Amino acid sequence: MREEVTQPKIVLVGNPNVGKSVLFNVLTGSYTTVSNYPGTSVEVSSGRCRIDGRSYEVLDTPGMYSLMPITEEERVARKILLEDRPEILLHVVDARNIERMLPMTLQLIEAGQPLILVVNILDEAERLGMKFDLPQLQQNLGIPVVGTVMKRRQGLAELQHVISNYQGPPPPAVPYAADLETDIVRLAGFLTADYPLGPRATAILMMQRDREVEEMVQLEEGEGFPLIAPVLHSIKFSRRADLNLQISLERKRHTRKMLDGALQQEIADHPPFSERLSRLAMNPITGVPLLLLVLYFGLYQFVGNFGAGTLVDFLEGTLFEEYINPAAISFLNGLTDIYWLRELLAGEYGLWTLGVRYAIALILPIVGTFFLVFSILEDTGYFPRLAMLVDRVFKQIGLSGRAVIPMVLGFGCDTMATMVTRTLETRRERVIATVLLALAIPCSAQLGVILGLLSAVPGSLLVWLLVMIGIFLLIGFLSAQVLPGENPVFYMEIPPMRLPQLRNVLVKTLTRMQSYFLEILPLFLVASVILWAGKMSGLLDIVVDGMTPVVTALGLPPQASAAFIFGFFRRDFGAAGLYDLQTAGLLSPTQLTVAAVTLTLFVPCIAQLLMMKKERGLKTALSIFFFVSLLAFATGWVLNKFLLTTGLLS
Amino acid sequence: MEKLTPLAEEILESLWIATVEEKAVGCLLSDLDLGPNDEALAELVKLAYVEKRGDRLSLRKEGRPEAEMTVRRHRLAERLMMDILNIQGEKGNDQACEFEHLLHEGVDTKICTLLNHPTTCPHGKPIPPGTCCEEARAKGGFGVVPLTELKAGQSGEIAYLAISDGQKMQKLMNMGVLPGNQLELVQRFPSYVFKVGNSQFAVDDMLAREIHIRDLR
Repeated sequence: MREEVTQPKIVLVGNPNVGKSVLFNVLTGSYTTVSNYPGTSVEVSSGRCRIDGRSYEVLDTPGMYSLMPITEEERVARKILLEDRPEILLHVVDARNIERMLPMTLQLIEAGQPLILVVNILDEAERLGMKFDLPQLQQNLGIPVVGTVMKRRQGLAELQHVISNYQGPPPPAVPYAADLETDIVRLAGFLTADYPLGPRATAILMMQRDREVEEMVQLEEGEGFPLIAPVLHSIKFSRRADLNLQISLERKRHTRKMLDGALQQEIADHPPFSERLSRLAMNPITGVPLLLLVLYFGLYQFVGNFGAGTLVDFLEGTLFEEYINPAAISFLNGLTDIYWLRELLAGEYGLWTLGVRYAIALILPIVGTFFLVFSILEDTGYFPRLAMLVDRVFKQIGLSGRAVIPMVLGFGCDTMATMVTRTLETRRERVIATVLLALAIPCSAQLGVILGLLSAVPGSLLVWLLVMIGIFLLIGFLSAQVLPGENPVFYMEIPPMRLPQLRNVLVKTLTRMQSYFLEILPLFLVASVILWAGKMSGLLDIVVDGMTPVVTALGLPPQASAAFIFGFFRRDFGAAGLYDLQTAGLLSPTQLTVAAVTLTLFVPCIAQLLMMKKERGLKTALSIFFFVSLLAFATGWVLNKFLLTTGLLS
Repeated sequence: MEKLTPLAEEILESLWIATVEEKAVGCLLSDLDLGPNDEALAELVKLAYVEKRGDRLSLRKEGRPEAEMTVRRHRLAERLMMDILNIQGEKGNDQACEFEHLLHEGVDTKICTLLNHPTTCPHGKPIPPGTCCEEARAKGGFGVVPLTELKAGQSGEIAYLAISDGQKMQKLMNMGVLPGNQLELVQRFPSYVFKVGNSQFAVDDMLAREIHIRDLR
C-alpha cells in the first residue's frame, strides 16, 4: 500500500444526541465528553484508530441538522466537510428518529460523500415497537447501512468491516420534482471546479442562499462567475417564497420512499417510566417542587453541606492544618532565611498558604461536588426540561430558556459559564447573561463559604437569598428594557430522559475538575504573588485603606476591606476572608448579611473579568465591571440602612 | 355548467351585495359601469341569472346560489390575501379581486378549510357559508388552527408554518417539523411541548402561534 503523508480521515456527522461521541470513543478508545444537552460539544474531537491494519484519523463534529448551517456549531461541522475531504463519512442517526434524520443522509448522498449510514440506538427503537429491515434500507439508499447500539459496542465489528471494505462513491441522487430538478441541473452545469460537496449539492446550497458556498463558488470559478450570477439570481428570485419548504418536502417524500419496506412501526404500549418522569419534570405543578428538591439535595445538601462542609473540614481542617501544613511550612522556612522569600513561600499570603492550600483544600472539593451534580443532571437530560420550565420567567429578563444552562453552570464557576454564554443566539442575550453572571450568580466556591457563614445567623440566609433573587430579576428586567433588540424566540429539542452512566458522569466530572484546576491554580499563584508584592511594598495597605471609607460606609469593620480586595482576585477569597472575620467575632448579624450580599454582588473575580473581555470585548467588559461594582456597594449601603432602621436581624 | 367569465362574476357579486346585503331592489347599469350591450351581462341574462329592465338590473332567484358563491369566493380571497399572504389595504383588495376567479372546482373549499371556515371577511362582512363549513361544524373538529389552540393530548397534522424568521423556520423543518407530519401536543404551560415522530420539542408561544395544525378527524 502507498505510504500516505496524511492519514485517511473518518468523519462523524449527525444531529446532536445520536451517540456520535460514544461511537467516536468506541472507535478511537480515547475519551471525549458525551453530552445529552443539544449542542454542548462546540469543540471538535479528533483521535486515531486502526482498522484491518490501516490507520485512520477520526474526527467527531459538532451536531448538525442539515448541510445548510444555522448555528455556529453547524458551521464548524460543515467546514470540516468542506475542508477535510473525508475518506469515509459516517452519518450517525438515532433509529428512533430515523424519519427526520434521513433527509440529511439524502443530502449527503446528493453531495457525493463517501457515506456509511450508522443507525444507532437500535435497542431503544425496538422497544418503541419499531421493526427495521436494514438490508432493505441499504438497498433502497444504495449506500452501506449498519445498525448499532454503540453504548454496548453492538455492531462495532460490522461497522469496522464495512469501513475497511468501503467501495466508491454513493449512487447518483434521486431527482427532485421536475421543475426544481431543471433549475438544479441548469445551475450545476455551470460549475466547473472540483467542489468538495459536488456540483449538485453546491448548486442547491447556492439556491438556498448559502452565502459561504456562494463565495466559495465565486472564488473557484473566477472569471466564469459573472456567467453564473444572473442565472443564480433569477432562480433565487423565482423561488424566493418557498424553496426551502419545497426542498424539505421533497426530501421528506424521498425519505418515505427509502423507508418503504425497511421500517414498520407497531403501536408501543404504555409510556415508559422515563416518559412519565419527563412529564413530571415539565409540568410546573410537579416540576417546580422537583427543581426545589434538586436544588436542595444537589446544591444545598451535597455541594453546600457535604462538599463545602464535610470535605473542606476534612481537607483543610484535618489534612492540611494538622498534617501537611506544619511539615510544609517548616520545610519551606528551612529553605531560606530571607524574610521576603519566606513570606512569598509560606507567609500570610504566600504561594503555599494562600495559593495551593486554598485551591486544593477549599475550592476543589466544592467545585468537584458541584461538577458531579451538574454532570449527573446533564446526562439525565434534565436541563432542556428546566429550560422550557423557566422560559416564561427568563423572557421577562430578556433571555430565553436556553440561557438556563450558563446560569446553572454559573453556580459552579462563573468564568466557565461566561464562556458558555456564546451558545446563546443574539448578542443582546449574551450581554444580559454576562451581566447577570457577573452580578447575581455566586459561584460554588463563594456559595459554599457564604452558605456556611450565613447558616450561623438565622434569617440572614433568607435576606441574602431574597436580595439575590430580587437583584437578579430587577437588573435582568432593566437590562432587557435598556438594551436594544427583540426578545429571543425559544425552541429546543427535548431529548429523552435517560439514566446517567456512571463512567460517563465520572469522566465528565474529572475532565471538568481538571480543566478548572489547571485554569485556577496558576491564577491562585498569580493572585498570591500580587497580594504578597502588595503587602511587601505597602501598596496593599494603601488600597485596603482606600477601600476602608467605602466599607465603613456600609457599616462594616475596616478589616472587611481586605476581604473585598481579595474578592477580586478570587471571589471565594473574599468570602473566605469574611469567614475569618466571622470566626474572630468581628461581625454582627447585620454586618455579616450586608457583607455577604455586597461581596456576592461585587466584581467578578479576575479570571471572569478576563473571560468577559475575551467573549464580550474590552469596552463591554469594563462597563459591566464598573456597573457591577457600583451596584454592589449601592445595594450594600441600602440594605445596611434598611436592616438598621427596621432592626430586622438584630 | 359553463364557467362564468370574471366580468360576469363581478356583476353577480355587485348585484348580490346590493340585493341581499343592502336590501335594494336592484341597481342601475350605470352604477356598475355597464353599457346596455355588455357581453358579460348578456351571458348572465342568457343563463337567466339576472333580469334586465331598461337600465335597471335585478338578481333572479335562479342566480342567487351562484351569486352567493361568488361573493363567498371573493371574501375568502380577501382573507387569504390579508391573513395569510399579508397583503394589506388597497393592494390586498385588488389582488383578491383577481384571485377570486381562480377559486373554482374545490379550490374554494380547500382555502376555506385552510382558513378554518371563516365567517367574516377582513372588512367585517359575512362570508356566505359553503357546504364545507356545514360539514366542519357537524364534525366538530378544530379545522386548521395555530398550535396554541390545541389542548394537551390533542393531535393533528402540521398544515403550514407561518414563521417570519427564515432561519427559525429552517431549523424547525430540519428537526422534522414539516407540513404533513403528525404532531401531538404534550403540554401547553409554561411552554408548548409537542411530539413529532419520536422526538419532543419545546417552543414558546411566539413560535407556537406560527405552527398551524390541521384536524384529522
